Parts: sequence; structure tokens; C-alpha cells
Amino acid sequence: MKKLINYKPNRTSNILLGLLPFAVLIMVYMVSSDARLAMNPDDKLLPAFSQMGESMYRMAFEPSKRSGELLFWQDTASSLTRLALGVLIAGIVGLFVGVLTGALPIFSAGFSPLLTVVSLVPPLALLPILFIVVGLGEVSKITLIAIGITPFIARDIQRRTQEIPAEQLVKAQTLGASTSQILVRVVLPQIMPKLIDAVRLSLGAGWLFLIAAEAIASTDGLGYRIFLVRRYLSMDVILPYVAWITLLAFLVDYLLNKLNRRLFPWNVEGQS
Amino acid sequence: MSEKKTNKVMIQAKNIGKRYGQDIILERVNVRVQEGEFITLVGASGCGKSTFLKMILGIESATEGELLLDGKPIPNEPGSDRGIVFQQYSVFPHMTVLQNVIAAKGFQKSSMTGYLFGKEKDVANQEAREMLEQVGLGHVLNRYPHELSGGMKQRLAIAQAVICKPRILLLDEPFGALDPGIRADMHALVLDLWRKHKLTIFMVTHDLKEGFYLGTRLWVFDKLRHDPHAPNAYGASITYDLPVGHMPEPLF
Repeated sequence: MKKLINYKPNRTSNILLGLLPFAVLIMVYMVSSDARLAMNPDDKLLPAFSQMGESMYRMAFEPSKRSGELLFWQDTASSLTRLALGVLIAGIVGLFVGVLTGALPIFSAGFSPLLTVVSLVPPLALLPILFIVVGLGEVSKITLIAIGITPFIARDIQRRTQEIPAEQLVKAQTLGASTSQILVRVVLPQIMPKLIDAVRLSLGAGWLFLIAAEAIASTDGLGYRIFLVRRYLSMDVILPYVAWITLLAFLVDYLLNKLNRRLFPWNVEGQS
Repeated sequence: MSEKKTNKVMIQAKNIGKRYGQDIILERVNVRVQEGEFITLVGASGCGKSTFLKMILGIESATEGELLLDGKPIPNEPGSDRGIVFQQYSVFPHMTVLQNVIAAKGFQKSSMTGYLFGKEKDVANQEAREMLEQVGLGHVLNRYPHELSGGMKQRLAIAQAVICKPRILLLDEPFGALDPGIRADMHALVLDLWRKHKLTIFMVTHDLKEGFYLGTRLWVFDKLRHDPHAPNAYGASITYDLPVGHMPEPLF
């Protein structure tokens, strides 16, 4: 009998063990839901999967009576657009600030203290200011996401830039490289996969700010919808929406990871 | 000594000293080096031989005395007249072997990005291929550095440095991490490039045999004075400056 610490599951049992908690969770939900519905068929707290299916079919395939839109897809498109724009802006600004402060000591001296302070400001506390300054439209939501995750990305990129071995920068100079050539040819390409990693890590916060902004002031979006139907205790809509948001978050993360491997084959762990 | 001696003093150290706070690393280093010499620097760890190399490279400066290149103070930043090969991290991991060498050519051009286009690119490509053939990497042009062995990486780093036609080549324990068999091949390569490109080489090494076999001149860094109660009170200097070379190759 091996010690527990040396016991490694094989491939099949690895997958089965991974699926087990999901199966247990679903089972527990179904049993509880059935029990509640048996007592009160109008119970709204734990709807059956069939009820959720009906509601979601209505949201996804029947035009809304009020606006004539397919609400589910409309919500998804709006939310993803906001998230993508916010993250894109944060990525570009973060990359720019991070590389410059990481590679050039004079920029670091000028901006690092500011960056540290800015990253400590709670972004949600700025939301009222954004509403006052830029209004309740799309800009405020996108700005909130951008402001929320830019400091994180900038600081991460700054650290990654500083991690590039000094030998490489010296070597480039002995080959005749100027500062801009070093930034464009040596630093930037090596930072790109780190940028994608930083974006992956910041997406969780991105979703948080998106849903918070949509909950407060919006007319569509995934976050808006779940906060709207909360008034009617519509768990049959909220639960599938939460699952859908989780799935989207998973897919975006997965695709970014794939993209990273595809674009940067030289970026392997433990490289020298 | 070398028959290629041109009697022109290239590097001159005048009473050089280096201290970090209370610790004195180097003191009273006085040497002259002529163009075409192959100098090996040996000595115990922390005796200042790497520090001296870094002064020539331009990333460290002397706290006392003067280091002159062609009679003028040596620039205090790295430049294309002084090539370097470190023990590791000397190549760009995000470029293939060929791209690494072409990039080195591109850096010679004064542009924002150093990218080469059109005819310039073809010429650089051709030169890079020839250079890589010379160092024995002609068969791995499209591999990334992480797919190369330690010896191949160092060959690439040397090719990169040499294609920029530096006057001085600095080698900071370049073969320290390599197997003995591979090392012998690398020695042959370095000697070959030294003769072909008329380089002046400074090489830091831990391997005394390597130091005797490779160079035309061997410097031993050591402390002349020693205070057992304050080990850092006195710095190291060049205690032996020996003409060497012409060692029988079978020693390896």
C-alpha cells in the first residue's frame, strides 16, 4: 500500500474524479428542487431544469413582446462588447505603461508611485463619478472596466518586463541596438504572451465590474437581466444566466490560452 | 606571444580601483593591451575578474584610476565595438536561430525598429546564413533557442556577436556550463574566429587549463595584501601577467 501522498490517479480516474463534484451538486439540486416542488408546485426558489429550459427557450428564441428582440442574445452581445472594449483599452494602456516603466528607469521613477496609488483606489467607488462625468451610457461601463483592471495589467507587465534578464538588454546594446530597437524587438515580443496571461487573470475582475455597472445603470446586458428579474424571484432565468456567464468566462479564458500557445511557440516553461 | 601584434595600445588601465561601499574589489590594476591579443582572466571567485570585464563592457565604472580605449576614456555604456557572450541569457528566446543573427544585423541600422526590408534583408539573410554555417549551426536555422543544447546556444551567441564585427570580444565564462567534450569544440571555434576576424578577446574562465591553452596572455587576479581580520580591506590586482599559448592540444 502506497502512502497517500504518492498515489497519483490515472487518466480515467482523473476525469471521473473531476466530474464527481459536478454530478453531486446537480443531484443535490434536483433532489431539493423536487422536494420543494412536491410541496408547492408554484415554488420559485429552486425551479426544475424543465422550467429553466422553458424560460431560456422563451428568452433565446421568442422575440420580446416589448422590444421585439431576442433578449438572451441581445444581452450576451451587449455584455461581451462592453467587456471586450474595456479589456482592450486596459490591455493597450497597461502594456504601454508597464513596458515603459519596466524597461526605462526614468519612467519608473516618474510613474511607479502614481501607479501604486492608483491601483489602491477601489474602482467601484469611482462609479458614481463616472456616471456624473460621462453619463449613464456605454462609456461609463466600459470606462469602469478599463479603470478597474488597467493598474493590475500595468503592474504585472512592469514586473514581467523587469524579469527579462539584464544580459539580453546588454547583449542587444553590444549588437548596436538603440533604446527604441530594444523596446520593439527584444522587450515587446517577449512581453506579448505575458500580456495575454495578465488579461486572462484580470478577466474575473472585468466580469465583476461589468455586472456591477450593468446592475446599476443599463437597459440590457447579462448583469442587467439578472438584477431585473430578481424583482420577480425568477430563479428560472437567473440560474441559467449565471451558468451562461460562467461558461462564457471559461471559453474566453480557454481561447486566450490556446491563442497564447499558437502565437508564441517559443514561450515554454523553464526556458533559459 | 601573438605574431599578429601591431604594437598599438588598445586598452590601457591606469591604476584602476573598484570599491562597493566599504568593500574594495580591485586596486592598482595597471595593464596595456594591444590589438589582436587573446587574454584569459583567471582567479578565485569574487576576485574582480568579471568586474574588470564589465568595466570594458561599460556596465561598471572604475571608482579610481582610468580605463582608456584608444587613449580615450572607455564609454560608460555598452556599444557595438565591444561584443559580449555571457554564460547564459545571451540569445533572444523569441527569435529562431536565423532571426537572432538577422536581428543583430538589423540593430546595426539606425532606425526605430531595426527591421530590415527588401535588398538589405536579403543581404543580411545571406550573411547570417554564412555566419551560422561557420559556427556549425547551418542545420538548425529555424529552431528556437529552447530547442538547442547549451553548446549550440553559445555558438549562436558567438555568431551574433561576431557578425557585428566588434573590435573587442568579451567572453564571461562562456563555456562554464558545458561538457568537457563540447568545450574542446568551442575552443577550436573561438580560436578560428579570433584569427579570421582579427579580434581582441578577453575571456574570463574558471578553468586554468583553458586559460593556458586558449590565450596569448594570461592574467591571474589575486590579492597582494591580505588582512585576515578584514577580508575586504584590500582589493585584488593582476598578480601574474604571463605570455602563454602554443600549448599542445592533446592536453584536452
